[in-house]
Amino acid sequence: MADLNVLATKLSEEFSECLVSSMEALGELTIVVRARDLSDVMLKLRDGDGLRFEQLTDLCGMDYSTYGDGAWEGKRFAVVYHLISVANNCRLRVRVFAEDDDFPVVASVNDIWPAANWFEREAFDLYGIIFTGHPDLRRILTDYGFIGSPFRKDFPLSGHVEMRYDAEQRRVIYQPVTVEPREVTPRIVREENFGCN
Amino acid sequence: MSEIKNYTMNFGPQHPAAHGVLRLVLELDGEVIERADPHIGLLHRGTEKLAEHKTFLQSVPYMDRLDYVSMMCNEHAYVMAVEKLAGIDVPIRAQYIRVMFDEITRILNHLLWLGAHSLDVGAMTTFLYAFREREDLMDAYEAASGARLHAAYYRPGGVYRDLPDTMPQYEASKIHNAEAIRKMNENRQGSLLDFLDDFCRRFPKYVDEYETLLTDNRIWKQRLVGIGVVTPERALALGFTGPMLRGSGIAWDLRKKQPYEVYDKMDFDIPVGTEGDCYDRYLVRVEEMRQSNRIIKQCIDWLRVNPGPVMSSNLKYAPPKRTDMKDNMEALIHHFKLFTEGMHVSAGECYSAVEHPKGEFGIYLVSDGANKPYRLKIRAPGYAHLAGLDEMSRGHMIADVVTIIGTQDIVFGEIDR
Repeated sequence: MADLNVLATKLSEEFSECLVSSMEALGELTIVVRARDLSDVMLKLRDGDGLRFEQLTDLCGMDYSTYGDGAWEGKRFAVVYHLISVANNCRLRVRVFAEDDDFPVVASVNDIWPAANWFEREAFDLYGIIFTGHPDLRRILTDYGFIGSPFRKDFPLSGHVEMRYDAEQRRVIYQPVTVEPREVTPRIVREENFGCN
Repeated sequence: MSEIKNYTMNFGPQHPAAHGVLRLVLELDGEVIERADPHIGLLHRGTEKLAEHKTFLQSVPYMDRLDYVSMMCNEHAYVMAVEKLAGIDVPIRAQYIRVMFDEITRILNHLLWLGAHSLDVGAMTTFLYAFREREDLMDAYEAASGARLHAAYYRPGGVYRDLPDTMPQYEASKIHNAEAIRKMNENRQGSLLDFLDDFCRRFPKYVDEYETLLTDNRIWKQRLVGIGVVTPERALALGFTGPMLRGSGIAWDLRKKQPYEVYDKMDFDIPVGTEGDCYDRYLVRVEEMRQSNRIIKQCIDWLRVNPGPVMSSNLKYAPPKRTDMKDNMEALIHHFKLFTEGMHVSAGECYSAVEHPKGEFGIYLVSDGANKPYRLKIRAPGYAHLAGLDEMSRGHMIADVVTIIGTQDIVFGEIDR
């Protein structure tokens, strides 16, 4: 596998002013770019000499609003790209934060990697992130006529509506959920080194 | 004569060749596909959202239910992600067991794919043959984990328990007399490893049988050769991985290129195709079964002579021994904390991928230091493959769409998540 330090140096040379941050952890390299530079950076990452990230492995939305139980300061929505270079045998993670928390918009990379098509539809469906330039931004995983962005942290796990067959109307109807929300194991963030002697 | 217009047709969601709940809206010009628009999500359960509300250990069984024909490989990607983020060491014996079961899973998956694919195209016999062998491998699953399908056998830190010394045996019934039972139990006299060893000896001959039925079969070739051709460049651009990429001639396999566990110590080859059509992908998968068989054999030989622990000894992540809990207070507390509050994984993010039978199965895990994941993204190989269905099927006939769905090895558990 290619050396990450070499790649990190190369990236900082190539994108000096576009790079917000670059971090290596657990043998993985993550770069953060600004939303307005995204298309240029991605195109260079695919075609640039010594970069050649031919494949978009994964693309996903992120909602950081409750990260660390409110410790997060920064933009709420991000899109995370996982790229892979078959030629150089290395991986790269690119993160871009959407500028507006209320109306997250990110440029589509569908023209650069056609694989992004469905992944962007999924991020749009689950997080409500708009991808400008996407040819066919429809919901993909949720039901026809679904309302809301189910993977946002403020969307309850049991949802807002439930579906059942109504014997009187003799059709399937939607109604407000009757499920009581419950949490069996509470979510806890312990202090640093908790329980380590 | 009036002009004939294009028309659209619904394929599925209840069509036997749709491999589950695929609703495919086909735009047709006569019988030729102009556009294919898969509607997915009919099996969407929100696994990723559910995982955010479960402790790290509670999510393991959910992984089985993603791609429900290659259960342990899904678990593998997940536990690897947790181990990477938490920094847990896995004992070497557990790594060999995982590699062995990964390859058993690959054979299980490819057998089901082979049976279903040939059944779609019109050959009945392979399906019955494939299920005969799947039976043996599912018995191996059951012997090790207690479950035939949803194993939950891999755990962060190792595997749930060591391989058993005995195999369960058939008992006499109304259908089988004592003599038949004796014969059926012949290869179940020893341990699980003996049973698998016997399977490895028999299996190459079985693969020959499947090949006799299909490889040179004229109907099979007429239905597969030249159908769904994908060039290497397009395969990469569309995000194809696994046999879908190798069928197009790119020798890319995570087991070789970015080895995890003990794959770097294994001796095996990576088959690649040349044309990138359905027939090449068929040949690639059949050869992969033979190679998996080789890997299993190597693992058996190693596992026989190298006993040892199969679970990490770090009690923050792995449960203590049952006997320790009886007279050691620390162990009892560790057990209680681990199974109520769960393990805490240090803050950070990581992506770990395995070479799943269908392609690259990856888990992107983000933790903020809590006892539950902050975000879990499942990168399912089938998702990218199905997205490429439109491009692969354009200009083909309706019957070829069935072949293309078959060659993509679609399973909705992982696509809809």
